Amino acid sequence: MSDVVEKTLTALPSLLSLDSQPGSAKLSSNSKLGNLIRGITELTSKHEEEKLIQRELLLIKEQVSSPNTTMRQMKELMVRAIYCEMLGYGVSFSYIHAIKLAQQGNVLEKRVGYLAVSLFLNESHELLLLLVNTVLKDLQSTNLIEVCMALTVVSQMFPKDMIPAILPLVEEKLNHPKEIIRRKAVLALYKFYLIAPNQVQHIHNKFRKALCDKDPGVMSASLHIYLQLIQENPEGYKDLAPSFVTILKQVVGGKLPMDFNYHSVPAPWLQIHLLRILSFLGKNDQSTSEIMYEILDESLRRAEMNHNITYAILYECVKCIYTIHPKSDLLEKAAKCIGNFVLSPKINLKYLGLKALTYVVQQDPKLALQHQMTIIECLDHPDLIIKRETLELLFRITNDQNVTVIVEKMLDFLRISEDDHTTIDLVGKVAELAEKYAPDNEWFIDTMNTVFSLGGDLLQPDIPNSFLKLLSEGFDSVEEDKKLRLFAVNSYISLLQRDASKLPQRFLQVICWVLGEYSHLREDLEPDVIVRLLAKLLDMKSSSSETKCWVLMAMTKLCPGGAALALVHNVSETYSSSLDTMLRQRAQELEILSQDSELQAKVLPRSASMEPVEVDSSLSFLDGFVSEALAAGAAPYKPPHQRQEELSRSKALNLEPYGLSLPISMSSCSITDRQSPTLLSISSGLSGDSTDFSHKGSSTVLKLDGVKRLWGRDGYLAQKEPTEEAPRIEAASPVRSADQLGNNNSQTPTPTPTPECDQEKQQLASSLFVGLASQSSICLMGKSDQPSQRFRRKTKASGSSEQITNPLVFPSDGSDNLLYKNLLDSPDLDGSPPEQTPGLDAPNGACDAEEESTDADMKEIKTPPIRDEHVTAEASPHHDPDRSKDPSLTSHLPAELSALPHSKTTTLFSKQNLDVSACHVQKEDSVVLVVFISNCSDSFLQQIRLQVDSEELEVSCVSDSPSEELKSHSVAVCQYFLTVKRPSVHFDLSATVSWQPPAGSPLTTQFSYRLPLTAFIRALRLSTEEYGAKWLAFSHDTKQNLTLIQGGRDPLAATLDVLKRKLQLHVVEVIGVEAIVACCLQQDQPCLMHCRMHAGMLAVWLRSPVPDLPDCLLYCCQRALQEL
Amino acid sequence: MFPGSAHLLYVYLAVVSQQAFDILGSRTGKCSIMVKANVAKMRFMLLFSRQGKLRLQKWYTATAERDKKKMVRELMQIVLARKPKMCSFLEWRDLKIVYKRYASLYFCCAIEEQDNELITLEIIHRFVELLDKYFGSVCELDIIFNFEKAYFILDEFLMGGEIQDTSKKSVLKAIEQADLLQEEDESPRSVLEEMGLA
Repeated sequence: MSDVVEKTLTALPSLLSLDSQPGSAKLSSNSKLGNLIRGITELTSKHEEEKLIQRELLLIKEQVSSPNTTMRQMKELMVRAIYCEMLGYGVSFSYIHAIKLAQQGNVLEKRVGYLAVSLFLNESHELLLLLVNTVLKDLQSTNLIEVCMALTVVSQMFPKDMIPAILPLVEEKLNHPKEIIRRKAVLALYKFYLIAPNQVQHIHNKFRKALCDKDPGVMSASLHIYLQLIQENPEGYKDLAPSFVTILKQVVGGKLPMDFNYHSVPAPWLQIHLLRILSFLGKNDQSTSEIMYEILDESLRRAEMNHNITYAILYECVKCIYTIHPKSDLLEKAAKCIGNFVLSPKINLKYLGLKALTYVVQQDPKLALQHQMTIIECLDHPDLIIKRETLELLFRITNDQNVTVIVEKMLDFLRISEDDHTTIDLVGKVAELAEKYAPDNEWFIDTMNTVFSLGGDLLQPDIPNSFLKLLSEGFDSVEEDKKLRLFAVNSYISLLQRDASKLPQRFLQVICWVLGEYSHLREDLEPDVIVRLLAKLLDMKSSSSETKCWVLMAMTKLCPGGAALALVHNVSETYSSSLDTMLRQRAQELEILSQDSELQAKVLPRSASMEPVEVDSSLSFLDGFVSEALAAGAAPYKPPHQRQEELSRSKALNLEPYGLSLPISMSSCSITDRQSPTLLSISSGLSGDSTDFSHKGSSTVLKLDGVKRLWGRDGYLAQKEPTEEAPRIEAASPVRSADQLGNNNSQTPTPTPTPECDQEKQQLASSLFVGLASQSSICLMGKSDQPSQRFRRKTKASGSSEQITNPLVFPSDGSDNLLYKNLLDSPDLDGSPPEQTPGLDAPNGACDAEEESTDADMKEIKTPPIRDEHVTAEASPHHDPDRSKDPSLTSHLPAELSALPHSKTTTLFSKQNLDVSACHVQKEDSVVLVVFISNCSDSFLQQIRLQVDSEELEVSCVSDSPSEELKSHSVAVCQYFLTVKRPSVHFDLSATVSWQPPAGSPLTTQFSYRLPLTAFIRALRLSTEEYGAKWLAFSHDTKQNLTLIQGGRDPLAATLDVLKRKLQLHVVEVIGVEAIVACCLQQDQPCLMHCRMHAGMLAVWLRSPVPDLPDCLLYCCQRALQEL
Repeated sequence: MFPGSAHLLYVYLAVVSQQAFDILGSRTGKCSIMVKANVAKMRFMLLFSRQGKLRLQKWYTATAERDKKKMVRELMQIVLARKPKMCSFLEWRDLKIVYKRYASLYFCCAIEEQDNELITLEIIHRFVELLDKYFGSVCELDIIFNFEKAYFILDEFLMGGEIQDTSKKSVLKAIEQADLLQEEDESPRSVLEEMGLA
């Protein structure tokens, strides 16, 4: 901004004396705000400022709460409050008044009120609910400015739960004559889509209308929505690709009003939006990509001006070109472009060039080679961010040949980096590379040593974990394993011999473990020596008690005879009186085991770290002790969460908390005092997201907080609970193996491999020295958090569009087509003479369970002849007239479905020589409804049309039986894909069939078909760890006690078996009296179940991200168990 | 880095084989995720002076007061310490910071890692242009004393962190319409008020 005159604060006094300023801006030097500001600038110390502001705040506080304050004064006060808050002082007392101002003020006061609200509050603030009515009122106002303000605040922040209240009004604004209102409404809807996508599902066609708006501003606002939608589901919007290309052509061609130019570049933001959209649409899609080549070429050509904005467009263009289906001459141009960026003397462009290079380097490695000199220069760049980006690039081109150099560079950077985030990230990457490409043992151990020392305690816990895993599991060759371990031992001994006090705790723990396990490999060294080295660690002031536990563990393993025994004895004595329970435990173990070498060898067998440890998770060995204690009058044990819950619900609601997601059970006597189980279903969500409840008043919120702390995201309280009670059980619990080493003083730090990990481990192992890691799955380091989130999001997106992604399905979104092609494809079909089928046995129990509920209501309505020009008339690919005489309708099942489990074929109605029957087929990932229409008459039936609809289900036609007429005694088969829109216990489909008998007027009949929820439930195969992670993330839950199936030795197993058989649930793990079970509703909607046997009942707790799903599933379980 | 190792790096880069890249190709999943939506999905925007005084703050994601303060403090420190010829982009926590200095004021935006930094830089510039047009040669003082106006302009320009209107004219028109009411409304009364207060 060249024309801005630089005026600094030094000029302040003289400026303040000026009465008027040019332009519409006046320095309100006379106002109170002016005085305040001036007052502050004159001060010299922070302390004085604080005093002044506190005084000011008192004044404001007094005035805002005074009834005599007019709205006009209030406005002024709010501005001052905003200013004070910006300086960092709390003004929470004024929040409510800001809302009041927005509510009661005139337009101008309102404006300040809304501004203050939007600056003070955020969308989860409970006061925001008070704003809802004001927003409602203003949305209906005739004053445009008020409507604008309401829309602005709505898009800034709005409580999610209240969206339905204002949605119709905002939607209405899409048709407003003023473009500014339409634009803001579109953006508000975009915001709604982001925070609550399902609530705006129904208005997708309105988005299309916004895209076609004659005002470019509205159109470009609608691109925000499309960008989001297309990113989530590119398949659903392929038909729009030509439109986007056309828009981009017009923009690039300068067809927009000059207003939209920015530095004589036409609507650059719009261009970038479009380029992003195109790259999503063209990804992995040659035909769609082909229509964009021309415009991409033109964009590259046009963006020649030497200005940041053109570079921004070019950058986006290049990314698009490398994302879509490749075209060689475009790639060439894009590569040249990247070259220009990288070589640019402007540092911002250089940075972007490196970023682009990082992006494309996989597809075009030569490009990196071309610019290698620049890359090397960038490595030495004084600006760290450039260096960092260069390392990112190098990280991507690392292989087993260059790994040593690249890792060296990364470590160099780590040594100077001060930013924690960068350190964590980079350390993870180094560890990843080291594991993947390490050329030899020495290098690997040295590198990991540096990683541990540099990463310090910021290190992601999985880095030491996987390092230790790697050491303990070893590789194919025993010899090689031994060498590696020996090298590690040697290196650690020499580290400890020097000054160990500077080493981070995590590193020390790793050292302890390795020395404990493998120092025996050094045959020349007496264990005494190691023990002495370790003992030194205990004396260090910096050692945390966690580290000390590891030291004691290692000592226990070494268990020397001879000279060091006295030392060991000394140590165990010192720590057996420690305040830290863990430490005391370890000291006891050390004490006992060091005296009994036979027992030691049994408990800690050498080179058996791979064997899983048998654990009595029910702690039955304590039963005697506990019952004795109880008999002696001790209070029964209550786990901390129960205690807290009781506190937070002093009104003695029977809440029946039972074990956490962890498969750790308390011994049975610990629960003897619990109230008898009742069939009580605690409202789902009590332990869920507290935002859901924020409108219920503060008292509820308070209570919820207490609960949330237990069960919420960070609520793994059970991790601590068993530690106190009995640390022994922890080691075997695979749920926690991920952070076990890092966070817990578990007694046995030996990794206990579960079968699930084995494969991964092998992969890891093989990837280490061979250097041929081909799977990205080995990226264990650092980034584990983010990708999993992304992944979840992705699956969700693709799931909701399941019907579209299926290649069989015509991508029909009725509304879309209405607008663009005027092509409505309703499922039409013909029928032919029927064969009455005796019920067929469904091979699958799940279908049987609800069979009797399949009812067939029908109403017959005479309608005038129906003409529909859209009736499609092709022969059904699955229709085989030869088979029509087959007595079984199931023989008409399309070939690809006949092998799958299907329900009994139910006759829905039979009238006028027309029989309609249906059954549903359970495919792996979906449910298909198959409708058989049979013509039992001797004549043709014409104009047969079938329409299927449901409120809870998404119905999409796979193949409609398309002949308009049905020959005599033939059967037409129609298939519909069913996807769950929202869970319910039963899904009712209503269908209408109309036909034209040979003589007489057309007939229409309605009938319904009912499917049980079980038809949609599939097993969800999870590991216990995944289960644990998911459990915490899900917010909707429900709890209930179910009857156990009695008889047999193991009622839990029997009950689970029934559930597994009938509902296809997947039993993840059974531990003692507890079990964790998982299932999902069509892939992307998981539901987790935790069962615990208790007092002859099965206490189940279901959790899911989908509302209602737990309740519905619970009902199904109940039914399944009752029906036995 | 000493020259010898640079040479070494050069050699290593040169022998990178096609095969190695094929192996890598499937490994780095991040590449495919890099194209992320939200052109200008901004987390927050800060304006602060060279002296480290906050002049404007706009948060587009819910952030606790305490975190806000901490983030502002940290960020100011980092940005103010940067030298003039340095890159306008920064990696900070899990965010990308884009900043630019205009006279004595720093404009500072936080975007997500995968966003386009250059376009964010231009968003800042457009905002400055709007301020400049509205105030007429804007300076820090204008923003200090009329910060609520600056907020209005920002709200009209960016809505919920997304760029709302790229047309300079229509942004200012919207502001001026509202202001017009203010002017009419203000002049007679402010005299009264002044008197009442005096």
